[in-house]
Amino acid sequence: MPDPSTILPAGTPAPDFTLPVTPDQTLSLSDFRGRPVILAFYPNDFSPVCGDQLGLYNEILSEFHKHHAELVGISVDSSWCHGAFSSIRKLHFPLLADFEPKGAVSRQYGVYRGHEGTAARALFVIDGDGIIRWSYLSPVGVNPGADGILEALEALDSHAGAKA
Amino acid sequence: MTTTQQGTLRSPVTEQDHMLGPVGAPITLVEYGDLQCPHCRRAHGVVPRVMRRLGDRMRFVFRHFPLTESHPNALHAAEAAESVAAQAGEKGFWKMHDLLYEHQPEWEDAPDDARILELAREAGADPDVVASDLDSARYEEQIKENFMSGVRSGVNGTPTFFINGRRFDGDWTSVDTFVAALEAAAP
Repeated sequence: MPDPSTILPAGTPAPDFTLPVTPDQTLSLSDFRGRPVILAFYPNDFSPVCGDQLGLYNEILSEFHKHHAELVGISVDSSWCHGAFSSIRKLHFPLLADFEPKGAVSRQYGVYRGHEGTAARALFVIDGDGIIRWSYLSPVGVNPGADGILEALEALDSHAGAKA
Repeated sequence: MTTTQQGTLRSPVTEQDHMLGPVGAPITLVEYGDLQCPHCRRAHGVVPRVMRRLGDRMRFVFRHFPLTESHPNALHAAEAAESVAAQAGEKGFWKMHDLLYEHQPEWEDAPDDARILELAREAGADPDVVASDLDSARYEEQIKENFMSGVRSGVNGTPTFFINGRRFDGDWTSVDTFVAALEAAAP
């Protein structure tokens, strides 16, 4: 069992998971196989920094899509809460509910904050083979921006180019 | 944990930038701002006071970072400011920048560009030219370049400030704190 509060590093196979994306639909990491995935763990819907962070990603989804990457947000909030948050912020990417058992996926990725009972603010870029290529744990009050994600995606592209 | 250096200004300040203060100043403050953002409007009340305190020791650069999903009129405001700059020069740009913030509540929810065009006239531009520039999206690409340079530098919301190339994550709402951070960055 991995340490729930030590972030999984680059090179680690990304643990697969299936989580609710709406009250009656689920999404699995393996659904994205063949494409890069960005996992953005964040503490809570509606808290100000998270809103700014996800709002920024929402603005630059087309940049992520240029690298054929999909973005997924994850917090311990329920899918009903995610639905309300997503519609108010007009988010165009899925939010997954790590709600029951609470924080199970956050723990697997080593980004659970036990004393707060929430996910940390952490980013993962996972390649099409399901390997973590970049991970980053941000101080919880600091919005990490998108520069690290874009660099990791570019590194993936050049790696793929070198292989081809 | 792996990490790269986050929050570093990737696009150096050039003559293409909108700049106040001496070119050779030892302290450079770059703001990525959204003209429709209420926090940026608040920062607009702080930055001039900071500049008065530091005088010739600092220069201030404004780059566009319109968050169009949450601020639907922000892109047109930015494009209008660029159109004013093309017609009335840098003085016109800064006048428009100031007017847009000062009158933000009058245009932020407007269904059309009428109020923005009035402000452009007040800033010294021909509003018909501005309107046609908005129609043809003449400055949109330039603003998107500003935006992406911000994303690549770790802009994480608006406003985001860089002091001599490093993202400032501290408190900009207090003039004293802001001035102290700027002074600490002087070589």
